[in-house]
Amino acid sequence: MKANTHLESQTKNIWSQSRLKIKGYAGKYGILIGFIAICIFLSFASPVFLTSANLINILKQVSIIGIVSMGMTMIIISGGIDLSVGSILALTSVVVAVCAQNSIPLILCILIAIAVGGLAGMINGYVTAKGAISPFIVTLGMMTVARGIALIISNGMPVSGLPETFFTLGSTVFLGLPLPVYIFFLMIFVTTILLKKTRFGRHLYAIGGNEQAALVSGINITKVKVWVYVIGGLLTGLAGVVLAARVGAGQPNAAVGYELDAIAAVVIGGVSFSGGIGHPLGALLGTLIIGVINNGLDLMNVPTYYQQIIKGLIIVAAVLLDKNRAK
Amino acid sequence: MTGQNILQMQNIHKAFGGVIALDNVSFNVKKGSVHALMGENGAGKSTLMKILLGINKPDQGTICIDNKEVTWDKPSDALAAGISMIHQELNPVPHLSIAENIFLGREPINKRTGFIDYKRMNEETSHLLKELDLQVAPTELVANLSVAKIQLIEIAKAISYQAQIVVMDEPTSAISNKEVDKLFQIIQKLKTNGVTVIYISHKMEEVFSICDDVTVLRDGSFIGTESIREINMNQLVSMMVGRKIEDVFPQVTHNTGEVILKANNLESKGLFQNISFQLKKGEILGFAGLMGAGRTEIMEAIFGLRKLDKGELIYKGKKVIFKHPQDAVKNKIILVPEDRKNSGLVLNHSIRQNISLTTIGNYTQKGLIKAKKERSVVERIIEKLRIKVSNMEQSASSLSGGNQQKVVLAKCLLSDPEIIILDEPTRGIDIKAKSEIYKIINELAQQGKGIIMISSEMPEILGLSDRILVLHQGQITGELLKKDATQEKILQLAMGRNVS
Repeated sequence: MKANTHLESQTKNIWSQSRLKIKGYAGKYGILIGFIAICIFLSFASPVFLTSANLINILKQVSIIGIVSMGMTMIIISGGIDLSVGSILALTSVVVAVCAQNSIPLILCILIAIAVGGLAGMINGYVTAKGAISPFIVTLGMMTVARGIALIISNGMPVSGLPETFFTLGSTVFLGLPLPVYIFFLMIFVTTILLKKTRFGRHLYAIGGNEQAALVSGINITKVKVWVYVIGGLLTGLAGVVLAARVGAGQPNAAVGYELDAIAAVVIGGVSFSGGIGHPLGALLGTLIIGVINNGLDLMNVPTYYQQIIKGLIIVAAVLLDKNRAK
Repeated sequence: MTGQNILQMQNIHKAFGGVIALDNVSFNVKKGSVHALMGENGAGKSTLMKILLGINKPDQGTICIDNKEVTWDKPSDALAAGISMIHQELNPVPHLSIAENIFLGREPINKRTGFIDYKRMNEETSHLLKELDLQVAPTELVANLSVAKIQLIEIAKAISYQAQIVVMDEPTSAISNKEVDKLFQIIQKLKTNGVTVIYISHKMEEVFSICDDVTVLRDGSFIGTESIREINMNQLVSMMVGRKIEDVFPQVTHNTGEVILKANNLESKGLFQNISFQLKKGEILGFAGLMGAGRTEIMEAIFGLRKLDKGELIYKGKKVIFKHPQDAVKNKIILVPEDRKNSGLVLNHSIRQNISLTTIGNYTQKGLIKAKKERSVVERIIEKLRIKVSNMEQSASSLSGGNQQKVVLAKCLLSDPEIIILDEPTRGIDIKAKSEIYKIINELAQQGKGIIMISSEMPEILGLSDRILVLHQGQITGELLKKDATQEKILQLAMGRNVS
């Protein structure tokens, strides 16, 4: 009798363990499964979807928001948020264009634009960390300020008439993929190394996971926080250069609402909105999901207004999934 | 009047995960009595009370009130049945008035207008306050009150539910002697009104002066219920500890070396003043005192978490100021905080990430973390401290309190500190893990580290410290050597009285 109950409890144990395992996998790879499911659905729904031309097109389309979302990933993991990326993107695209117009060497134009992004990030980080103000507020302010500066510099008009070499940056194709896609991939790699392989990355996770514990452990919170916004700004600056190269002009009115797309991509990718948890590859998947949905809905001729509703529902559904996983 | 049981909790069993918190516990309380519930931290007192209040559900067992069996679906059921609790950590809403706090969530509504009936609310509150002889206006903001007053407001709130049973969890931990007397008067008054009080406390003196009966729990088991008149302090202590103090605390003498840290007249306005002491290498210096005596704040100021208004620190013969914790850590001074969940650990991160957090820079090569090196260091310290983990990748939240505390210690020890500040190092962990942590602390002292230990647990402070400083309201009221120290002397000093 006793042996019997023992056996019973053992089977029960194994059963509950394997169930836990399945649940664990479903949680861990939930986004991936979702992504594949969407892709399978779309490849049946539209004959064009699975063509290499279309897939490359999707990658090209997501590369800008993808680069931005890498910075956003780090910032959100640290427990912060950056609402100013859309505006900084526009500002840096204007900066690089204006520099190029004034026949400054191209490489210098690019560096200046990226530096401007980094500077804006530094201000975000410094005010957030030193002033102990919520990053939501600080970057909300920066969002308006950066947009204003972009409009002033450009007089509110697209900055065009750029040198020929500039366009090659956006249009060069290597092994079938356009250059921006390579830049995106490189930034995923850099972000992954930073987060997973460096002390800085470890500190970011710790601060996002429990700032007080990180402080007591002797981590220089201010320094880490300033740096994460600087890096976010640099990445956004880089994305701004790519944007200008792709459309061939500095666009002061571009990228409105990009911060929301980037945040959505990161959150869909399983990065915890309260900080401390997440992986850049998750954010990559989140970016791809948004790109694939945009593309697929276009292919299926879904009107834009409806697209917005569908996208919104998917974002919330993904976060619900994330919440269940956290349990 | 007494004699009949108002509350009978029978054969209560409760487990969290695999950990048994309560094992077949029975708890009977007579009507109109003041019943002490005692036991060390982790003995199961708070779990038992959470079950009584409907916050947790028992796995087994029954609760009877006035001989009627009851079950709670939610905490408000227990409240409606006249059971309320005054928690140790007070949770008032500071920017609301006293009346608004007392009637939070059940504000009287003026039927005609549909708005809150402030007049009635304030009148009822002022009636309650008068009953407790509290000289404050019901419209006063809670933010303007002292901790002790807030405590009394909480009592007023508890009574306002027409409570038959009021649970008080360490009600005197943050208040002065005069206010304790006042509290006791109020308890007497409650008693004469037929209210039953369950009084959770560690303080022998209080239990013997105000309580009628005492129930002791230990490691989740029921040990016994006795009438206070038929038991003495030593018997009660041995009921609580279950073994002689010598068994838990290995008698070790520490060879102390030169002075490593000297504090001169530290002061932080409103928190502590005139704090001067010396710490020697290889010494365990105990800081005793009641909660709110300023012990934690002093350590936070030394560690750079808080600003010092006055005074100087001499560390290894040099004057130092730590503006931030990272400065202290760089100088090999570490703090093991009191609240391991909020300041010690990143709970949802792995054990490995937690342990290597402070020292992660030591495992990098050209800026990149060498995972192998990190793992081997973490593995070694896990073994050394005998932390029970199945896998270093499991999250810190999955560990028991004792093992969590060892993880915090492991993190700190990897940075090879010279001074270790331990704030309540064994709070809320079981006796076995405690004695293991004591062993670790002793070993550290033998290695020549300077150790400062804040503790509110008498046996711990008496058993480990070479020297004990006692604080009362932000001042050092006495210094006791190990051989002279007794529980009574410490208590006297902690309450601000002179020891003859």
